[in-house]
Order: sequence, then structure tokens, then C-alpha cells
Amino acid sequence: MGSLNELESSSRNREEPDFEKVADGAQFKELVQERKKFIVPMTVFFLVFYFSLPVLTSYTTILNTPAIGDISWAWIFALAQFIMTWVLCTVYVKKSASFDKKADQVIESLLKEGGK
Amino acid sequence: MNASVVIMFLLIVALTLVVTYYAAKKTKTTGDFYTAGGGLTGWQNGLAIAGDYLSAASFLGIAGAIALFGFDGFFYSIGFLIAYLVVLFIVAEPLRNLGKYTLADMINARFDAKKVRGVAALNTITIVIFYMIAQLVGAGALIQLLFGLDYWVAVLIVGVMMTIYVLFGGMTATSWVQIIKAVLLMIGTIIISFLVLAKFDFNILSMFSEMKTVTSHGAEYLQPGLKYTDPLGTISLMIALVLGTAGLPHILMRFFTVKDAKTARSSVVTATWVVGIFYVLTIFLGFGAAAFVGFDTILEANPAGNMAAPLLAEALGGDFLMSFVSAVAFATILAVVAGLVLSGASAFAHDIYGQIIKKGKISDKEQMLAAKYASLGVAVFSILLALFAQNMNVAFLVSLAFCVAASANLPVIIYTIYWRRFNTAGAVSAMLTGLLTSVILVIISPNVFSPVEGAAIFVGDPIFPFTNPAIVSVPLGFIGGYVGTLLSKEVNLKRYAKVKVKANTGYRE
Repeated sequence: MGSLNELESSSRNREEPDFEKVADGAQFKELVQERKKFIVPMTVFFLVFYFSLPVLTSYTTILNTPAIGDISWAWIFALAQFIMTWVLCTVYVKKSASFDKKADQVIESLLKEGGK
Repeated sequence: MNASVVIMFLLIVALTLVVTYYAAKKTKTTGDFYTAGGGLTGWQNGLAIAGDYLSAASFLGIAGAIALFGFDGFFYSIGFLIAYLVVLFIVAEPLRNLGKYTLADMINARFDAKKVRGVAALNTITIVIFYMIAQLVGAGALIQLLFGLDYWVAVLIVGVMMTIYVLFGGMTATSWVQIIKAVLLMIGTIIISFLVLAKFDFNILSMFSEMKTVTSHGAEYLQPGLKYTDPLGTISLMIALVLGTAGLPHILMRFFTVKDAKTARSSVVTATWVVGIFYVLTIFLGFGAAAFVGFDTILEANPAGNMAAPLLAEALGGDFLMSFVSAVAFATILAVVAGLVLSGASAFAHDIYGQIIKKGKISDKEQMLAAKYASLGVAVFSILLALFAQNMNVAFLVSLAFCVAASANLPVIIYTIYWRRFNTAGAVSAMLTGLLTSVILVIISPNVFSPVEGAAIFVGDPIFPFTNPAIVSVPLGFIGGYVGTLLSKEVNLKRYAKVKVKANTGYRE
């Protein structure tokens, strides 16, 4: 990866784009906002969902009641954690397509204007 | 040792050496060595992440824990999986966009401070060594059981193999060993699960009904509470499991092997599916072992239950399946330790030697040489420690490694990407607070002190009640970073703007 090192040093000679201006730009702010709007609530949700399992099994016995046959709610809740993980993964990938598009637009304007 | 075990064992050795041979031809630069040239596809890297992550502790440990403790054994599976949402949402893409070879690179995208890089390297080395000792000691004991070799011979075999992969084939060989292992592990797990299900006439409901009666725990076996009786202790462990993965250096390093954030994302998704399916199947491994091997036989072979899966394979498929599963376990160990050697070496050779001592003024040839020496050093040092630690109970070191990763690495990663006020002092204090509190609390915990002789390293009453201190050390890591930041006047908004733009867009100069 010697080429990468060279690339980095040559870019140091070139003038850097004005990142502060880009960060303050409407396009970039929208991208950050949209990402935040997805990630923050989803992260809070999966952490709450996750920790409710040990909290419920440790402090209560309500999950010990049978749900389907001899399978108790504890098992159902545990398996729901897996399903939640896969669903959130899939949803995130779908969402990210629009993030990627916006990110590319920001990069394009960065390259075009050099942040000027 | 029967013939089929020897053949399978040699097949794994031969296959991985062939892979290493071809990888060695492709490993010409430092970038090739640390990141396989950044050329892995999402699929390949996803499988490699799964191979890097599913350690013997997962395969043999969780199967054993579920076999012995029913529902409580399954807690680990859940925490280890959901951890990937933290990786996917918060860490993977910014890390790929900001870093080059190591976690310290990513943090130093914001700070050109040697001390930040130094402490980050120290964290990586600490985590790698804890994890490595646990893996090697476990591996030694396991291979001793599986193949009937002496402990020191077993540790040496694993140690020499991992050194060969890394030294000659770098990240390319390591990745392919991990991919092969992930595929083998999934095949083995699916076959056993299928056979277990067949025994229950493919009826999950009747499997659960039968599990209520086949163990000495009776109906309790299917309920929570057999192993984890202390609520806060359980929650503390669950914190370490879910937040630790996103700070494990050998997992984070895998994100530098792909070309961009989009590929990093798709590799997490692949890994999440593979790892998730595996952890669901641990239920069948555990239940099967409890039902068809039985507690007494499992405990007799190994008190921690680590032999549950191989014994189950023997009960269901005879010598052949047992040999296959043993070979899979061997491959599992090799893949994980190789990844660990590589990330430990990157902290020594790239962060400490290349960036701190040589200040980045180092030719590619010198970097490569340093990386190889460091790999050899990390490998030899770990082998020596493992030989020395044979009779110590070191299983807790895995959850300690997760705890250090969650307490010392995750806060600084999150602050670096998301907090504009964050500064050098904050980075150093976040990492040191997380590291020191985790290690100190473990030293005074029941892992090290137990009133029962032989249960821990020393005899005595533990001062700290929980075996895993994450519930205290993770918040302290965040607080340490917050207070450290505010105590220093340094603010560099210009630099943060650059980091923020790069992290969010993948822009590269």
C-alpha cells in the first residue's frame, strides 16, 4: 500500500477542501439528521428490548408461564431477539441506500467545488 | 485417537497451509499484510467475521452451558448476536471511513497525539492478550481431550500453525482460514442440529416437552435462573456481551479488509445472519447433549461442559461425526487465534513502532518487516503465557476481554465520531478509566478471589461482587471521557468537521 502513502502525502500538498463549510451545508446536515433519526431511536429500541429479557427473568417470573405447549414466554422472547436483530439489519440496509445516495452527492459537490 | 480423527486433523492442516501458500504470494505490501489489500467482498468478509468471532467458547462453551443450565446457557448466544446491531449502527461504517489498519488510526483521525495512539495500542494489546490466553489454554485442554495429545504439544501445534498463517500469509491467509472455518462450523452445526431434531421427530414442541423430564433439573431446566441467580450480575454480564463486540480489536480490524463503508455494512449483515443462525442452533446442540449424552458423561469429560458438542456428535453419528466435529473445533481455534495475532501485531508494529517511534517516516519494506517481527513476538509471548497458565482457570478472561473492549474502546469510538467537544485529554482519560476500572474490578472479583480453595486463583472473600464488572466500568469509561474532555480547554472544531464529513460520506483525499 505504498501507493496509498504517496497518495496521502500528495494530497497534503494540495489544498484541502473546507470541511467546516461542507459540514455546515444543508445537504450534509440533512444526511446527518436523517441518519440520526433512524439510528438513535432504533438503538434505544433494541437496547431496551435486549435488556428487558434479563431484567424480566431476574426480577420477575412472568416469562416462566407457558406460551405454546411447553415452550415458555422466556424462550419466545429470546427468539424474538433474534428476529428483531435480523429485521433491524434488513431495514437498516434498505434505509442506507438513501444515505449512500446523499453521501455521494456531498462528495460530488466537495470534489467539484473543492469546498470553496 | 482413531484414524478418522487423524485424517480430518491433517486435512485441516493441509488445507490451511495450501491457502497460506497462495496468500503468501499475494502478500507483498504492508497493506496486503494487515488488510488483504482491502479487496475482500462483503460475503467473504462477512464469513470471515463470523469465523473470527465464533470462538471455541461459542461453539463448545455455549453448547455445554445450554446442555448443563438450559435457558441460562442461552443468554450468551443472545448477547453475542445483538452485539452486531451496535457494530452495524454505530461503529462499522465510520470506522471503515476513518481508519487504515487499526482502531488507533481511526481515533487519531481526530487527534495527532502520540499518547492517544499509545493508549489505544495498549488497550488493543491488553484485550488481545486476555483473549489469546483464554483461547490457547482452552485450545490446549481441548486438543488434549479430543486427540489425546499432551497439553504442551497441543499449545505448540496451535501456536505454530497460527504463526505460519500470519507470518507468511498475513490477513489474506487469516481471512481464508476464518472463511473455511465458518463454513465447516456451520456444516457441522447444521448436521448435528438436524440429527437432534430427527430424534425428536422434527417436532419442536415435543422436544421442549421431553426436555422437561430428561434432565435432573426437571421442569426448571427450561426456566431462567439455573446459572444466573444474581440479577445485577446477570445484567452486568449482558452489558459486556452486547457492547464488547464493537470494541474488539480483531473484529474491528476486519472492517479494513473491504473497500468502502457500503461493503463494510454488507459484511456485517452477512455475519449477523451466519452468527445468528449458528446461535439459534446452539439450542439443539445443548438440548441434544443433555438428552442423548447426559449430565454425568458431559461433566466427567470436562467440568465446564466443553465436551458436550463433540460427545453429542459421537452419540448421534459415531466416530466419523465426532472426528469431523473435533476437526471443526480445531479449525475454530486456529481461525480465532490467527486473527488475534494479527491485531496484536498491528498495535505493536504499526501504532507503536511505525507511528509513535518512527513518526510515520518508515518505508513500506520496513513496515512489513516490523509487522512480521511483531507477529512472531506476539505469538511466542502468547504461547509462553499459555504454557505457564495451564492449570489456571482462565475461562473468565474471555468475558473480561469483552468488558475491557466495552469499557475502554467503545466510549472513545462513540465520542470520536459523534461528540464535537471531545479532545485529546478526554480520549486518553476515557480509555485509561475504562481499562483500569475493568482490570482492577476483576482482580478483586470472584474470578480471582474465592473463599473455596481451588475455585479461583486466590483464596479469600472477593471485594467486588460481580464476575463481570461491565455495569460499573462501562459507565465509568464514558464518564472518564466526559470529565477528561471538560477539564481540558482544547477544542478543535475544524478537525471535527473533517472527521464528521469523512465518517458520514466516506470521502477520501
